[in-house]
Amino acid sequence: MKAFKWSFIIAIFAYLYLPIGILVINSFNASKYGYEWKGFTFEWYAKLWENEALTQAFLNSLLVASLAATAATLIGTLMALALHRYRFPLKATASSLLFIVMMSPDIVLAITFLVIFIALGIQLGFWSLLIAHITFCLPFVVITVYAQLKGFDKYLLEAAQDLGASESRIFRLIILPLVFPAIVAGWLLSFTLSLDDVIISSFVTGPSFEILPIRVFSMVKVGVSPEVNVLATLLLAISLFLVTLSTLLLRRKH
Amino acid sequence: MNRSPILTLSNISKRFAAQEVLTDFHLTINDGEFFTILGPSGCGKTTVLRLIAGFEQPNEGQILLNGEDIAGIPAEKRPVNTVFQSYALFPHLTVFDNVAFGLKMAGVDAQNIAVRVADALAIVRLSDFANRKPHQLSGGQKQRVAIARAVVNRPKILLLDESLSALDYKLRQQMQLELKQLQRQLGITFVYVTHDQEEALSMSDRIVVMHNGQAQQVGTPREIYEAPRNLFVAQFIGEINVFDGEITRELGEYQYQALINGVEREIRCNHRFTAGDKVHVMLRPEDLRIDCRPNALERKGFPGIVLERNYTGQTLNSHIRLENGQTVMAHEFFDEDDPDFDYSINQKVGVDWVPGWEHVIPAERAGKS
Ligand SMILES: Nc1ncnc2c1ncn2[C@@H]1O[C@H](COP(=O)(O)OP(=O)(O)O)[C@@H](O)[C@H]1O
Ligand SMILES: [Mg+2]
Repeated sequence: MKAFKWSFIIAIFAYLYLPIGILVINSFNASKYGYEWKGFTFEWYAKLWENEALTQAFLNSLLVASLAATAATLIGTLMALALHRYRFPLKATASSLLFIVMMSPDIVLAITFLVIFIALGIQLGFWSLLIAHITFCLPFVVITVYAQLKGFDKYLLEAAQDLGASESRIFRLIILPLVFPAIVAGWLLSFTLSLDDVIISSFVTGPSFEILPIRVFSMVKVGVSPEVNVLATLLLAISLFLVTLSTLLLRRKH
Repeated sequence: MNRSPILTLSNISKRFAAQEVLTDFHLTINDGEFFTILGPSGCGKTTVLRLIAGFEQPNEGQILLNGEDIAGIPAEKRPVNTVFQSYALFPHLTVFDNVAFGLKMAGVDAQNIAVRVADALAIVRLSDFANRKPHQLSGGQKQRVAIARAVVNRPKILLLDESLSALDYKLRQQMQLELKQLQRQLGITFVYVTHDQEEALSMSDRIVVMHNGQAQQVGTPREIYEAPRNLFVAQFIGEINVFDGEITRELGEYQYQALINGVEREIRCNHRFTAGDKVHVMLRPEDLRIDCRPNALERKGFPGIVLERNYTGQTLNSHIRLENGQTVMAHEFFDEDDPDFDYSINQKVGVDWVPGWEHVIPAERAGKS
């Protein structure tokens, strides 16, 4: 029974992680096609570095991801604070709308964005891409920050007020330090989401501004080159790092 | 003790949506007293505290602090501090910074803050815990930090909302004593909210008993216990036996003849009645006497049989069913000369009391006499 349990678990993990493992190994494989191991090499990493179109797309991706994450974090944090602090009409509606954005299939969002941009006459490119990314990151920030706010004793703010703190000092001395980890986590989450989005991005960007996932997507149509393995490995490393960081930040110490 | 009023609530009404939580509520609290708001859960106690603290505004009425209307003063400017039921300690700050918070807000300089926080922590015996975070403290310690954080600001009034209810029985008893000592030591007016009548009786200088958003009675613990103004107060504060009766004759000033359970008795009270008035004659279980002489003709009082007897260590508590079906409770202290003192179930006894120990109020409900 025990042997069965363990082999079952191993099978599941193998199913999940073997392809990723092979991909990572192949990024160091001297063989171009990756069917057999021909020795360890950094050659593909160097090649990638020389591939200007690819590095440009990579830089574009980083730019959009960091801008979108920053904007979504700013707006989302304010929204979460408002949802937490104030009672206003349609509050329930506002928060369920956020959930709808979060749960909608990417393709639905993609088409919606495209229709809006065309209707408004916005040129598809950097700006349209940025706006779309901010929008789909927003609910994740709101929910992360709001959950953190909800987790605290609801009388904390009244306690601060009772002790003589003005509205602005309550914000600076109590709210901000308490939700800061959630804000950072929200940013990291947004950054990761933006970095690996393909579907929405492919609808709302134009040839003037190419980002990494789309570039890769067009590359693999003609076969998986070793550079793609390298890129995937790098992205995997970045994502892992960011996700770990945000998990650590959200782990509550009190 | 002659004390001047520090806080007056007059004519207060408070509504949440359609629900009226306080109705025409009046209260006067004196400077330096330990005042308790006592009532069942949901009767509006917390709402009264929140009105005083400034977290809520009354729909009608006035709150006067030292004779001045404080309606326009926001919570952060009122010379009043609150110890929250959940403590509400700031989780990211150390014990020291929690206690120092109010002083920092008031712009006290760092040196003074250090001295005053140290004093406050010494008073609650937490000097060694200044650098801990709240999550490293036990329930009782958090409670004391919350108290230190409030009293360090030297408020005119300290508001405490069910502050001890989260603690276990032993610790609660100890904290009751400490709170009372602290209040005497600081001389600050304490307004303490609880639903625990025993706690209220043992700690307070004066108590208001609340029910359904209204003050039922205000008085010292003794007045409230011995002379409850109505049935609610009588039954909420401890156990009490209520006999329904009817006044038959006036015997003199505050002395009447009354028919109680079919027996004519003389009663004394501080109400004015006329013949025919229905009354409640109330007796605490410890004021009843049980006559267990074997000869039925010799026995005094209402005849009945023993239903149940419980030994509590100090007292013998008996439930006795009278002939009219009513069940009464009697608590008797053990007599040292009679260590075997006990009753048997179904034993025939008489229930009586020392004349003058009864407390009589006008009847609130129809009853048989
Ligand atoms: N902010 C609020 N909104 C709506 N109803 C409230 C609010 N605060 C209290 N109440 C209601 O007022 C009544 C009295 O509450 P409270 O003062 O907390 O009672 P207590 O402290 O005596 O248990 C309760 O029925 C409660 O539901
Ligand atoms: Mg309450």
